[in-house]
Amino acid sequence: MQTKRMTFSHNWLPYLLLAPQIIITVIFFIWPASQALYQSVLRQDAFGFRTEFVWFQNFQRLFEDDLYLNSMQVTLVFSVGTTLLSMSVALLFAVMVNKMIRSRDTYTTFLVWPYAVAPAIAGVLWWFIFNPSIGILPYMLDMVGINWNHRRNSDQAMLLVIIAAAWKQISYNFLFFLAGLQSVPNSLIEAAAIDGAKRFKRFWTIVFPLLSPITFFLLVVNIVYAMFDTFGVIHATTEGGPSQATNILVYKVYRDGFVGMNLGSSAAQSVILMSIVIVLTVIQFRYIERRVNY
Amino acid sequence: MVENNRWGNILAHTLLILGVALVVFPIYVAIIASTHTGGTFMRGTIPLLPGTEAINNYRTALLQGRSSAGTPPISLMLWNSFVMAMAITIGKLAISLLSAFAIVYFRFPFRIFFFWVIFVTLMLPVEVRIVPTFQVVADLGMLNSFAGLSIPLIASATATFLFRQFFMTVPEEMLEAARVDGAGPFKFFKDILMPLSITNIAALFVIMFIYGWNQYLWPLLITTDPKYYTIVMGIQRMLTGGDSEPLWHLVMATVVMAALPPILVILFMQRLFVKGLTETEK
Amino acid sequence: MAAIKIEGLGKVYPGDIRAVQDINLDIADGEFIVLVGPSGCGKSTLLRMVAGLETITEGELSIGNKVVNQLEPAERDIAMVFQNYALYPHMTVYKNLAYGLKNRGFSQQDIDERVQNTAKMLEINPFLDRKPRALSGGQRQRVAMGRALVREPAAFLLDEPLSNLDAKLRVQMRVEIKQLQRRLKTTSLYVTHDQLEAMTLGDRLVVLNQGRIEQVGSPMDVYHRPETLFVAEFIGSPSMNIVRASTFANKDNQEAVKQLPEGTDVIGVRPDTVVFEKPAEPHLSFDCEVKLFEPAGAESHLYLHLLPDRQAFTMRVEENTAVAEGGKIMVYAPLSVLHPFNEASGRRTD
Repeated sequence: MQTKRMTFSHNWLPYLLLAPQIIITVIFFIWPASQALYQSVLRQDAFGFRTEFVWFQNFQRLFEDDLYLNSMQVTLVFSVGTTLLSMSVALLFAVMVNKMIRSRDTYTTFLVWPYAVAPAIAGVLWWFIFNPSIGILPYMLDMVGINWNHRRNSDQAMLLVIIAAAWKQISYNFLFFLAGLQSVPNSLIEAAAIDGAKRFKRFWTIVFPLLSPITFFLLVVNIVYAMFDTFGVIHATTEGGPSQATNILVYKVYRDGFVGMNLGSSAAQSVILMSIVIVLTVIQFRYIERRVNY
Repeated sequence: MVENNRWGNILAHTLLILGVALVVFPIYVAIIASTHTGGTFMRGTIPLLPGTEAINNYRTALLQGRSSAGTPPISLMLWNSFVMAMAITIGKLAISLLSAFAIVYFRFPFRIFFFWVIFVTLMLPVEVRIVPTFQVVADLGMLNSFAGLSIPLIASATATFLFRQFFMTVPEEMLEAARVDGAGPFKFFKDILMPLSITNIAALFVIMFIYGWNQYLWPLLITTDPKYYTIVMGIQRMLTGGDSEPLWHLVMATVVMAALPPILVILFMQRLFVKGLTETEK
Repeated sequence: MAAIKIEGLGKVYPGDIRAVQDINLDIADGEFIVLVGPSGCGKSTLLRMVAGLETITEGELSIGNKVVNQLEPAERDIAMVFQNYALYPHMTVYKNLAYGLKNRGFSQQDIDERVQNTAKMLEINPFLDRKPRALSGGQRQRVAMGRALVREPAAFLLDEPLSNLDAKLRVQMRVEIKQLQRRLKTTSLYVTHDQLEAMTLGDRLVVLNQGRIEQVGSPMDVYHRPETLFVAEFIGSPSMNIVRASTFANKDNQEAVKQLPEGTDVIGVRPDTVVFEKPAEPHLSFDCEVKLFEPAGAESHLYLHLLPDRQAFTMRVEENTAVAEGGKIMVYAPLSVLHPFNEASGRRTD
């Protein structure tokens, strides 16, 4: 790893400068993570009197547990749904805003602020709008014959949390797509126009392929967001229900650890989540490396 | 520029305005709801036009909160959120600047090892190792304190990476000129490096402040004493505590006040915000 | 102000890469020394070692009778002008100049006086409140000079300070630097790859090649009597024609070749010493084909191919020279202006 051609030479100063970050990292990151690893191979009895070393039994139990498998499936549906919804809406906005010249900044201003809204608040807002007894949308849906009640209907509950999570993330995707579109050279589009490509075709054959690195990058970022940053959306609204329908993995770790007090299982779940994050991070870094090289 | 046709333009504007309306809709509903009396919500659908109770509702929320559910006044929660967000932001910036400075401008044994230790934090969001982290904080006696709310969250690999990246682009000759001019590590850091990084610092400040303000799970676990409730987590307490149906007019007034500070930060510092957002992901 | 003494100086990078070796140089107080050579010859490394920006791995460096090998740049009492100027972008011109003085604990009054004087001398006083980005390239260059001058150091170190300027400004600044140095009489070390800059500025030139000194001497000495083949080719524009024995030792030149010093197998001929008329004194004659006539105002050049092996050969001629491109002619070079070399040793033979 590089440094500068010329550096300061000092015996203890660099360690002093690093100390705050390293100390915090070790106490609040490395130590808990290794605790999770350690606890994931232990089991405590119900009263916490006896602790037993159980090898990979916690993991084995998880993968035999229908609730956990269900939670994995729910997470998959939730993250794919959130990612697709948020990215496609954002791309549509970005393409249209990019065409505007004078009004571009105004539209951008209106579209970026949901980024500032906390996931939990986003959840509460949509929870309110979809409230079965007083919400506006159930009222309108009722007029077309749809009976909305996310407190009973699992699919509707899932749809609600997807919409809330995707809504907040539109800003982020929009900004990156817009930046990507602005870096597409105009001469390319003009060349395609001269070659006889119509507007729609120009987009799919020229612009979209050029956006593919950004699209891939956003895909990973959005999946990470949906899997780990949306705790607030679930916790403030459905609390995993009805009947486990929105019980995503991060929420389950929390429930099993703090409400169920099942430390071994929760630790094993943490370890699985950490491995997922690490895989996603590595993928993302591969991508960044590639982008740097080419 | 390949020319746009007029109808296409009008269509695009129409779609955009509809889209923007949809994006703005939730917060509009919240603002409207916060101007009605509690009774309005007992009778049918949420109103779409403003009511007359805005001042009353906000006053009640700010000064009393929902005492029956054990939530403190919003003013206190706003203050707590502000303190936590600022502590996290300033803490992150400070330790990241220092460690990036050490990594780029010094050569010393175990430099790469330390770099990796920091790098690991990038991979482990607090949510995935929440139980053991909570235990550590509890063991250290940091529950129900601002230290417990902020310190565990201020180690940030992202900011360290960004500053490292930026320091690498500072011309070599800056340091050399400063050395010839008689500046040691501290003077160089204070007189040259910090002023050069000021836009990056400001851009990260915006991102980190929003990150800090919007913390939810962590304060939820760390605070059991309402004195330390932050506003984002407090809303959840208002929803679930007490009676069966939430007092929507007060909840929405709280939502508006919770969302407003970070939104204002984004709107007023849009340029820095966009820069911060796109650079952190590089 | 001080003399600089360099003894056996060398720089070895990890992996036994020798950037600079065996440098011995005595620089008198007030002397203007130019380090010149092609890129990668180690001239900048040498300058940076004097500045203290590179550690010295071999030998000894003294500034003003004091060994400074282990001293920080700031403790060596030198000032440096960087190729890209390295002005602090967030400071005004005034602060850029004052920064080094402030760090050295000068009083506010002293700083102000010095900055004002320096600014006046360099005619940058109207810009003192501006930041570097609001200045033109030439103005930035002056500020960079000013930052060095204001300190009144024992020595100036300049690392290709003019290479970022356009051609016209470069000539103008070159003259100014020369005048300034004459006036201030500060020992100066100037690095450049431009041999014209080197010739016009230096009291003495140090020609470097592959980390070693090829020759040290006044510009005219180096020009008129290059000690090595490398210097012969490097100094002078257009560069010296180098002709091997295989080309010139033909029957026309039998007599003249005998008079060349022992061991000569290559000769150098400056383009301006070649003539069309057969001289009376001993000379070499060259049989050539005219490739191109290039009139260029003040001086014109004729590009020839030596026969029989078609080696390129340049000659400086009058503007109205009448030669037909593609035609065959004879040109002559008197022995007295030739530079005889031995190719294997690369050294002069007379």
